[in-house]
Amino acid sequence: MTQNADHVLDHFDLFRGPEYQEMLANKRKMFENQRDPAEVERIREWAKTEEYKELNFSREALTINPAKACQPLGAVFVAVGFEKTIPFVHGSQGCVAYYRSHFSRHFKEPTSCVSSSMTEDAAVFGGLNNMIDGLANTYNMYKPAMIAVSTTCMAEVIGDDLNAFIKTSKEKGSVPDDFNVTFAHTPAFVGSHITGYDNAMKGVISHFWDGKAGTVEKLERVPNNSINFLGGFDGYVVGNIREIKRIFETMGVEYTILGDQSDVWDTPTDGEYRMYDGGTTLEQAANAVHAKATISMQEYCTEKTLALVKDHGQEVAAFNHPISVKATDAFIMKIAEIAGVEIPEALARERGRLVDAIADSSAHIHGKKFAIYGDPDLCYGLAEFLLELGAEPTTVLSTNGGKAWEKKMQALFDSSPFGKNCKVYPQKDLWHLRSLLFTDPVDFLIGNTYGKYLDRDTGTPLIRIGFPIFDRHHKHRYPVWGYQGGMNVLVTILDKIFDTIDNTTNIAAKTDYSFDIIR
Amino acid sequence: MSVAKTESVAEIKARNKELINEVLKVYPEKTAKRRAKHLNVAEAGKSDCGVKSNIKSIPGVMTIRGCAYAGSKGVVWGPIKDMIHISHGPVGCGQYSWASRRNYYIGTTGIDTFVTMQFTSDFQEKDIVFGGDKKLAKIMDEIQELFPLNNGITVQSECPIGLIGDDIEAVSKVKSKEFGGKTIVPVRCEGFRGVSQSLGHHIANDAVRDFVFDKLDPNKPALFESTPYDVAIIGDYNIGGDAWSSRILLEEMGLRVIAQWSGDGSLAELENTPKAKLNVLHCYRSMNYISRHMEEKFGIPWCEYNFFGPSKIAESLRKIASFFDDNIKEGAERVIAKYQPLMEAVIAKFRPRLEGKTVMLYVGGLRPRHVIGAYEDLGMEVVGTGYEFAHNDDYQRTAQHYVKDGTLIYDDVTGYEFEKFVEKVQPDLVGSGIKEKYVFQKMGVPFRQMHSWDYSGPYHGYDGFAIFARDMDMAINAPVWKMAKAPWKQDKLEKLIAAE
Repeated sequence: MTQNADHVLDHFDLFRGPEYQEMLANKRKMFENQRDPAEVERIREWAKTEEYKELNFSREALTINPAKACQPLGAVFVAVGFEKTIPFVHGSQGCVAYYRSHFSRHFKEPTSCVSSSMTEDAAVFGGLNNMIDGLANTYNMYKPAMIAVSTTCMAEVIGDDLNAFIKTSKEKGSVPDDFNVTFAHTPAFVGSHITGYDNAMKGVISHFWDGKAGTVEKLERVPNNSINFLGGFDGYVVGNIREIKRIFETMGVEYTILGDQSDVWDTPTDGEYRMYDGGTTLEQAANAVHAKATISMQEYCTEKTLALVKDHGQEVAAFNHPISVKATDAFIMKIAEIAGVEIPEALARERGRLVDAIADSSAHIHGKKFAIYGDPDLCYGLAEFLLELGAEPTTVLSTNGGKAWEKKMQALFDSSPFGKNCKVYPQKDLWHLRSLLFTDPVDFLIGNTYGKYLDRDTGTPLIRIGFPIFDRHHKHRYPVWGYQGGMNVLVTILDKIFDTIDNTTNIAAKTDYSFDIIR
Repeated sequence: MSVAKTESVAEIKARNKELINEVLKVYPEKTAKRRAKHLNVAEAGKSDCGVKSNIKSIPGVMTIRGCAYAGSKGVVWGPIKDMIHISHGPVGCGQYSWASRRNYYIGTTGIDTFVTMQFTSDFQEKDIVFGGDKKLAKIMDEIQELFPLNNGITVQSECPIGLIGDDIEAVSKVKSKEFGGKTIVPVRCEGFRGVSQSLGHHIANDAVRDFVFDKLDPNKPALFESTPYDVAIIGDYNIGGDAWSSRILLEEMGLRVIAQWSGDGSLAELENTPKAKLNVLHCYRSMNYISRHMEEKFGIPWCEYNFFGPSKIAESLRKIASFFDDNIKEGAERVIAKYQPLMEAVIAKFRPRLEGKTVMLYVGGLRPRHVIGAYEDLGMEVVGTGYEFAHNDDYQRTAQHYVKDGTLIYDDVTGYEFEKFVEKVQPDLVGSGIKEKYVFQKMGVPFRQMHSWDYSGPYHGYDGFAIFARDMDMAINAPVWKMAKAPWKQDKLEKLIAAE
């Protein structure tokens, strides 16, 4: 017996005991109809080959380990960024359980969201009654200031019309006539969570700016000097939004964060549960129409939203998840240009500190090869930063990156001598990446938690940057935007590089001559 | 934190009833009437808990429930390790359920084992418009090419499949034939079917019956010679290794476990099971269907058991042994005696730290009742409990064997109700899921996830109980809960109370 009351063994130690090992070996041998271990080994080796890679890349129908989620997740992300707003997803209820769990596992925070709980009868007759009852219940129970409706694929397949349903619900008295119910159709079989972000954000903005679905006059734009800010779908939203606010305030620029999740996903433990906290106020959302310009940090998250904003006469600018010095320079200069302000010396000092840090450390990164995967903008921002560090983003893969993104990535590679041997892979998944890591090995991998399987199988150390991060805590509290964000990314990369060097030079009398105390 | 200790049972019942009436006030009339049927106070001597169950959730209330797909792919089929489970439809369902249930297994992932992978047909608009059957057939070809050591395929239907009229049964049949009789299982677990995960369990059970049992080749040579002591573990998903810390006890008492359903399970084990002399059933809710089927079809008796906490484990070992000869009965006593010192040491260490603490639970499957004994072994008391997707037979078992007079019962609880109940009852610990965890921790209430064991476990068996006890102590007695109130705010509060 290995278990012990004084020193309780957890699963990782318990099952390594001889009793369990013997039991598991017997189970495998006697009852599992186990494959010949030599055959398993042969296939394991074959899966590393060029031949397997070609077979793998010839896949046309099967997706394995994709790095993307579905549209409504992005819609829920948008909704919780507005004052006292509850996301209401019209369709099957299981989806909502998944979105809530997914966000809670990443942020380690509660995520409130309701479903219209459609079942078989709704599949036949449509979900109107579910919408009518659902809005009434949500309104009475959770006293929201706004309900943001999106759809699951079920409601989309049967063709439920959100605009009409919400109107009818209001007529039936589910919520008061003037109560804000925004909506966005977010079919899971189109695009990904970043498309859902775009559709939902566009839904909220057009609701406030364009006459609340025909119920009030459209807003007349009276231009002011303010700047609207769109973050896009962002796993670092808590740290990032706070950093962006600080930058705006340091610059003395008037701004509106459209969709501010930084409080609701970072509430204190002080005895009170805050279902709602912070967020863009509804008044701010409406007044944002008057802004001089709208800036997006993630071009591929906000294509439709920015088009809508542009139609209202605002200047728009889109970035690709700026992390590098150059990208943050462009972002800061753009804000200064729009607002007509001088960039304060404080930011120049911050910039100088990041350049200083890069100068101190780049020798450890220079020439190293990286594979990156994630959402298209994040991939771009990381690749841009690596090029700046003299590293090679050899393999850049995005399951939800399209043709336009592919072209843009290639142009980025072409702009740097370090991009010469780099390749971009749009619409590919992590099983494709597994092959690439065998046939075209790199030194490090950057990606989300699921990358740990690639780390295990290919021995490529994983640097965790992306969404979701389930198996490390609190990373979302640290910005990856602004010069400070660049610093955090730099340190995250360096920590893994140094740990890897240490872990490969620590065998006494064999490799530990390189186990240096100063690096 | 407990306020309940000094109250009599009558007072507790009155308070709980009042509490139920209070939460119902928030609802529109129609909803209040419907919700009232799911909330009650347990009465000693009654045959069930006095609540309705397995009824549609009400739109817009924030139910905690999932769907049929979650019940089939997420619970029953997903852990079968040597088969590839296709999440058939759009990308999300498979993504959110990817490797999140901690079904431990041994095997080379991606080569002969596939549990922690996400295979999806990633439906696009054209698949909705033109149907996905051709794509599904092609997916199966690609699986055969890239994963030659897979032992079978299941098709886990997501919502659109049933709505667009795809014929996954036909595709599966054709491909099975093409691949020389390979096991290919179409599962109609579209998320909109039924009212919760529960129907997904049932559909998944039926799929095992139709596409594994009914296709068994009687001429296929047996993998092993039968013994009189062959049993199968049914309804243990090996979360954090639960089935392993259970199996070891059954084997130590002299039984031979020929199959695990479905944690660390394989297709061969499913196929072995009709040879069992007894099916031992842990999660009744999710696998009673197949147990009943095997009883009818193969004459295999089944027996429910509970491996949480030493009292229930001993009771269960004796119950299981009662189906066998004296060898096994002696074996059960030997096992109980072997672990007695460990259990005494665990209880001696943790019970003094946990005595009298109160717990509220809200979980799925079997846990809202099964873990009560384990808490009681530690001197703790469960003062409220409820199920996500129980049927009335679960509430009968709960009332007859587990809960105390006056326990607050809540079926398919809403976010609002659960929050209010905990606020008023003020338990020392809440045990529920990831969606609830942070709500209660913000309120300053210690919490343990009782689906995933909060990334700990196993909790089953004697080895698991040591971990369970340590975890509950760690949750309740963590210093952090004393820090929730800022000292300057605490002073103010105390001054206010003093002034009163």
